[in-house]
Amino acid sequence: MEQSKPKRLLTLFASMLYISAFTFGGGFVIVTFMKRKFVDELHWIDEREMLDMTALAQSSPGPIAVNAAIQVGWKMGGFAGMLAAVLGTIIPPMAILTVISLFYQKFAANRYVALVLRGMSCGVAAVILDVSVSLGRNVLKTKNGVYLAVMAAAFVATFFLKINVAWIILSAALIGVIMALAARKGGKRA
Amino acid sequence: MTLLDLFLSFLQTGLFSVGGGYVAIPLIRSQTVDVHGWLTEAELMDLATIAEMTPGPIVVNGATFVGLKIAGVPGALVATFGAILPSLIIVSLLAHIYRRFREMPLLQSVLASLRPAVVALIAAAGINMLLQVAFGGRNAVALANARWAGIALFAAAFFALRKWKANPILIMALCGAGGLLLGLAGAF
Repeated sequence: MEQSKPKRLLTLFASMLYISAFTFGGGFVIVTFMKRKFVDELHWIDEREMLDMTALAQSSPGPIAVNAAIQVGWKMGGFAGMLAAVLGTIIPPMAILTVISLFYQKFAANRYVALVLRGMSCGVAAVILDVSVSLGRNVLKTKNGVYLAVMAAAFVATFFLKINVAWIILSAALIGVIMALAARKGGKRA
Repeated sequence: MTLLDLFLSFLQTGLFSVGGGYVAIPLIRSQTVDVHGWLTEAELMDLATIAEMTPGPIVVNGATFVGLKIAGVPGALVATFGAILPSLIIVSLLAHIYRRFREMPLLQSVLASLRPAVVALIAAAGINMLLQVAFGGRNAVALANARWAGIALFAAAFFALRKWKANPILIMALCGAGGLLLGLAGAF
């Protein structure tokens, strides 16, 4: 964070541009790439805050990538940072789609494009699972029964039961509220 | 006023697509195919395919695609702006609330139990993708369906990431090149 503000805005813009141009797939993909960049590489944000941003991005209206960029932008450079991060996020898909829409049927039917994309999806799966292992290990390290149960239950709910993600986030938040109330009650009694 | 219509349509799409891409396509369909007749059913299918094959959020892809078709570059800009405007307002507001109240015990407790849930959601997304590249989908998990070239690419990428902390975008690009080479050799 020793960079001057203009330089920081440029790094922010360039990072989002680069991540956004190369990440295919849903919002969780770009969030994992952002975690690798802003948490592991630049050390701008700590892991817990990145997870908070992910939860907020996921449960707010609009694209997860844009929602996450807005939060990182505000944190790193106020309003200008938010603009830099959002522009970095939306320029690549807009530019790429503009070019491709000129000849999209050929693009969609091209065998080489399909092969490259299939190869890339193997890499994307690896990136997401790599980040998942690191994050999951940190939850295990808390050795907190409630957090472990929330993680296991959320996994079963989304992976096996295919419950809407909004309900999962709401339920986890509710558990947090109950725990806070319980802690307050316990505190008063003691 | 085509530009205004584009703006308002994608404003609604942005506002109601909570949780990312899953609901975006039905929302885009209702606005562009059913309400305004901007796209045919076949064009919507094309859009869904391209959105899948190109980077970026489906809503932004959809706004650009439809905006360009209806009103050229200004259309694309206006539609995209409409699509992200609800995010800009709502998420900015929530980000400030977060900054202001994150030290509050209640919010701390809520965030602390949200984090493990988010980890589980990310992991589930990753496992679904792995099952896709390894077997062709979660309903096809069986030794007979194993796609060994895909599994090998995944394993190599995962190893490089865990062992050497390799740059994820470089890994993805290498996997793309690997897919092309394996495919041309008839193994993928």
